[in-house]
Amino acid sequence: MSQFLEQLLNALVIGSFYALVALGYSMVYGIIRLINFAHGDLYMLGAFFGYSALLLLGRISLGSGVTGVLLAMLIAMGMTGGLGVLVERVAYRPLRGAPRIIPLITALGMSLFLENAVMVFKPWGASFRVYPVTLGRAGFDLFGVHIGYAHLAIFAMALFLMVGLHLFVERSTYGKAMRAVAFDLEAAQLMGINANRMISLGFFLGSIMAAAAGVMAGLYYGQINFLMGFIVGLKAFTASVLGGIGNLPGAMVGGMLLGVLEVFGTSSVGGQWKDVFAFGALILILVFKPTGLLGERTAGRM
Amino acid sequence: MAMLELSGIHTFYGAIEALKGISLKVEEGEVVALLGSNGAGKSTTLRTVSGLLRPRQGEVRFQGQPIAGLPPDEIVRLGIVQVPEGRRIFGPLTVEENLEMGAFLARGQKARIQEDMARVYDMFPRLKERRRQLAGTLSGGEQQMLAVGRALMARPRLLMLDEPSMGLAPNLVQFIMQTVREINQQGVTVLVVEQNARSALRLATRAYVMETGRITLEGPAAELARNEQVVAAYLGGGR
Ligand SMILES: Nc1ncnc2c1ncn2[C@@H]1O[C@H](COP(=O)(O)OP(=O)(O)O)[C@@H](O)[C@H]1O
Ligand SMILES: [Mg+2]
Repeated sequence: MSQFLEQLLNALVIGSFYALVALGYSMVYGIIRLINFAHGDLYMLGAFFGYSALLLLGRISLGSGVTGVLLAMLIAMGMTGGLGVLVERVAYRPLRGAPRIIPLITALGMSLFLENAVMVFKPWGASFRVYPVTLGRAGFDLFGVHIGYAHLAIFAMALFLMVGLHLFVERSTYGKAMRAVAFDLEAAQLMGINANRMISLGFFLGSIMAAAAGVMAGLYYGQINFLMGFIVGLKAFTASVLGGIGNLPGAMVGGMLLGVLEVFGTSSVGGQWKDVFAFGALILILVFKPTGLLGERTAGRM
Repeated sequence: MAMLELSGIHTFYGAIEALKGISLKVEEGEVVALLGSNGAGKSTTLRTVSGLLRPRQGEVRFQGQPIAGLPPDEIVRLGIVQVPEGRRIFGPLTVEENLEMGAFLARGQKARIQEDMARVYDMFPRLKERRRQLAGTLSGGEQQMLAVGRALMARPRLLMLDEPSMGLAPNLVQFIMQTVREINQQGVTVLVVEQNARSALRLATRAYVMETGRITLEGPAAELARNEQVVAAYLGGGR
């Protein structure tokens, strides 16, 4: 029982990282049918922006504590959001209307570019960076398991962001306009909706979710590296396929499910199998239900 | 000054020249029909006006102002709204959300949107009954009503309809045409594209006939309805 609880909390935390990153894959796919392979690197960049923000905030003695962390997270989300918009603007928009394989290859190139840019950037570099803030150990005991407040807070923050995004996309005029563009770009334009702006909005929202996950991952694991987005990106992509790509609730469910699968899977057969679960799940879902668990109508659904 | 004036429009799809020098005029308050068989270039003409396509040559003027090359949202802002062929309603959104999208440029103006929505529901009570339903679940006739209602939410000064009668039962065609007439009587200028010329000619004041990217005939609707060529080609001859 106690071990189960501990594993569950880990699964929920890791699952929320996957879910937050998966949202961006799904949203971008929903709008422009592009699998943005550079998306995992936005998660990585979010972690690095958060890292630098925490260092800078530390100099004005704001760097530790809840306020500092929240502030750093906001800064990282803003910077990464802007970067995501820029990536679409310079790399994908000029290719709109080109055969789909072309932006896909561009996305792979963009991923390599971002990774290498971080690697050669002096303050960040190629080696592991220790996150400036570590999570407190404070918490409470439940059935003999130590439940850390920090872990709960990460999970709560992820939930808060996901629910917020969901409400925005479902209820706000901009969210509906984004879904209208996703379903029928031309018809949306005929209603006076600026499709480019909605596409930018999709990239912005996806990027800020990834950035939030990146900062929280930095706090959770304690260290970051310019390649950290690669595997997480692939797994988040798996999560979005699992839930039905293009479907936002699906991405959230897929991410959490993948977290659970991975944590409980590795605890029963050993850590060296960690990545097998995710990609095994990807293969199974692609073979048996390629539209994903929640994705009846992948086309046009967000 | 005409409300809408096209002069010498050439529009291409890649290397295919779909419009080979189209000139036409729509005066304020008119209902103008654009007729022609499948592939003549009617939709291409409307899509050129609404900014989805950019003409390679020629001019489009709206109330004297050149508009060719403006993005579609700017053109909607000027008051030109198109009901696309095949309705193209947003299936995963509810009926009411579709109407809300029609008023996208007026977003935030709650009172105006409420007022316009009430007018659309008055015009199409069926939509009101189904306003919380996903638009994708509507019947073809209801979808056409929604497509027209959605366009009205943008408060068009020039409403362009692309084959509004396509795939509808005769009584629904009648109803839609009657509604278009009422919309026109409320002061909206109308340009309607039809393959089925009979009902369009009854509605229109003037009409143009297109063939393979060119205008081949034009005149008062009543006159065209008596023209033997038109009768033979588009009104089903002696039927
Ligand atoms: N997206 C497109 N790509 C290439 N050719 C097109 C496209 N759309 C229409 N066409 C061609 O342009 C011509 C005019 O089409 P269209 O304007 O749709 O005719 P209509 O609306 O009168 O039926 C046709 O020959 C059609 O095949
Ligand atoms: Mg057509």
